[in-house]
Amino acid sequence: MQVKPLVKALMIGMPLVLLAACSSKPTPEAKTEQAVEQTTTTDTGANTGATSSSSLTAEEQALLGTRVVYFDFDQSTIRQDFAAVLAAHGKNLAATGAKVTLEGHADERGSQEYNVALGERRAQSVARVLMSYGVASSQIDVVSYGEERAAVNGHNESAWSQNRRVEIKY
Amino acid sequence: MKKSGLAFAIGLLTCAGLAQAAVNIEITRGVDSAMPVAVVPFSTMGTLPDDVAGIIANDLRFSGKVNPMPKSDMSSFPDSSATIDASQWKGMEAMVVGQVQPNGSGYTGSYELVQTPFSADRVLDSSRNSFDAKGFRRYAHYVSDRVYEKLFHEKGAFSTKIAYVTATAQVNGTYRLVVADYDGYNAQTLVTSRLPLMSPAWSPDGSKLAYVSFEKNKSEIYVQHLASGAREKVSSTSGINGAPAWSPDGSRLALVLSKDGNPEIYVMAMGSKSLRRITNNLSIDTEPTWHPDGSSIYFTSDRGGQPQIYRYDLASAQTTRVTFQGSYNARASISADGKSMVMVHREGGFQIALQDLTSGNSEMQILTDAGLDESPTIAPNGSMVIYGTLYNGRKVLAAVSKDGRFKARLPSSDGEVKSPAWSPFLQ
Repeated sequence: MQVKPLVKALMIGMPLVLLAACSSKPTPEAKTEQAVEQTTTTDTGANTGATSSSSLTAEEQALLGTRVVYFDFDQSTIRQDFAAVLAAHGKNLAATGAKVTLEGHADERGSQEYNVALGERRAQSVARVLMSYGVASSQIDVVSYGEERAAVNGHNESAWSQNRRVEIKY
Repeated sequence: MKKSGLAFAIGLLTCAGLAQAAVNIEITRGVDSAMPVAVVPFSTMGTLPDDVAGIIANDLRFSGKVNPMPKSDMSSFPDSSATIDASQWKGMEAMVVGQVQPNGSGYTGSYELVQTPFSADRVLDSSRNSFDAKGFRRYAHYVSDRVYEKLFHEKGAFSTKIAYVTATAQVNGTYRLVVADYDGYNAQTLVTSRLPLMSPAWSPDGSKLAYVSFEKNKSEIYVQHLASGAREKVSSTSGINGAPAWSPDGSRLALVLSKDGNPEIYVMAMGSKSLRRITNNLSIDTEPTWHPDGSSIYFTSDRGGQPQIYRYDLASAQTTRVTFQGSYNARASISADGKSMVMVHREGGFQIALQDLTSGNSEMQILTDAGLDESPTIAPNGSMVIYGTLYNGRKVLAAVSKDGRFKARLPSSDGEVKSPAWSPFLQ
C-alpha cells in the first residue's frame, strides 16, 4: 500500500522525538571519523545492492547494508539502536528517489490477524521515519505478513526476537 | 544417478509410510465421570472397508462425555437388541449394536441404541440406511450423531468438517488450505501457495469458504465454492485485506481493510460488494466475528493500549468493551447459541479462555494450559473448541470441551497446522 496522507499527519508526534534522537546520536568523535572516511570511501553502498547516494557519509553508506529493523513484543516504536540505520536509508531514498517495500512481521505469539495489523503498524513506523528525512510516500510500499514467513525457525524468545521485524526491500 | 535413484526410493517409502500412519485423535485428558457405553462391533456377511463401531466409539469418546468399553473387554458381540445377554454388560449405561450388509455396490446398515437394563423393549433409537462405499465413514458419523443426540439431548457434530491451513515449514514453507472431516480424515487440499494463506471462514450454509491469500505478495480475500471449486476475489484494496467473517444469513462479509491508513472493520454486502465502515480510529481494529443473531459484531481492538474484545451494535452504532480480565484478549469466536465467547487470552502464556455472554459478568474461564494457543473455533453444537497449539515443537490442532475438562490432540501430518475453522452443521 502507499502510505497515505493520514499517516503523514501522524508524523508530528513520536517521530519528532526520534528525529531529535537521530540528530543527537553521533558523538563529536564519530563525526570526525566520518569526515575522514567520507573523503576516502564513496561507494560502500554499492555492495549492499541499494541505489545509494554519494551525499551520504561513509558510515551512513555502511548502514545501508542493514536491511532489517527489529521490535519489542507487541511494540511498533522504533528502537534507539535502529535510528541511525533508518536515518541512512531515509537520506539515501530522499536523495535517489528509489522505491522501497517495507515488509512488516510479527512473532508467532497471539492471534494471526492481530499480528498482521501489528506487522503493518511496524512497517508504518519505519515509513514515518523515512518520510521525516524527505522520502515521498509514493516511494514506499508497505506489506504485512504478520506471523507468517518467519525469518527464523523455532518457538522461543531467540526466534521470536528475530521474527519481530521490518525488512527494507529495495 | 545411483544416488538420486536411492533418494527417490526413500521418498516413495516415506510417502507410503505417511499414508498408512495412524491418524487417530489422541485423548490427552479424559473425564472420569464420562458415561460408560458399549459400542459393539457391527456384524456383517461380507468384508467391510472400515470398522463402523470403531469410528462411532472414537466419535463418542471425542465428545468427552462417553467412555466407550474397550473391544477386548467384550465377551460377546450381539448385533441386535434381541440378542443381548444383559448379564454380560453390567456397568454399561447404553449399548450401540448393529449390522452392515453388502447391498449391490453399496451397503445397508441398521443400528440400535439400547438403554440399561438391556432388553428389546429398552431401544432408545434405531435406524436403517443404505449408503455407498465412499459413504462408509459418513454413515458411522451419522450413527454417532443420532446416539449423541439421544443420550445428551444436544445435536451431535460428528458429521461436520474443519478447514485449516498447513505450512511445510515456518521459513519459506508451502501453504495449503485444507478441508477435512472433523476427525482429520478425508483431508482435501483446496489451495496450494508458496505465500501465506490464512483465516478460512465458512459461509453459514457450509457451501463456501472465505480466506486470505498472499499469493500476489499482498493480502487479498477470496471466496471459494466447495462443490465447484470456483473462486472469486472479493477484496484487494491497498493494505490489509483480512479476517473475513460471514454474517449469520450469509449475505454480508465483515472484513478488515487498512486502505485508509490503519486497520478498520468493514461490512461488505456480498451482492453489490458495497462497504459499510464500522470502526474509525487510529488503533488496530481487527478479527470481526458476528453474534449469531446478526445484531452485533465483536472484534479485537487495541484502542485502550492493549488488545481487548469490543462489541459493535449495528443498529445503534454503539461500541462497548466486552473483556476486562488480563492484558491481551483477541480473536473472539461466539457459540451458535450466542451464550459464550472463546478467545485468545494471555496470562503467562497464550491460552484459550471462555467468557459467558449471558450473565454480564466479564469473568473468564481459562480452558487450556499456558502455551502458544490461538485461533479457537467452536463446534456448531457448542460442545467443543478446536484451536491451534504447540506440541513437540510443531503447531498442531487440539480440542478442549467447553467446560475445559476434556482435551485431545488432532492428528496431523508433517509441518505446521494453523487457522482451524469448524464448519456449521452440513446437509
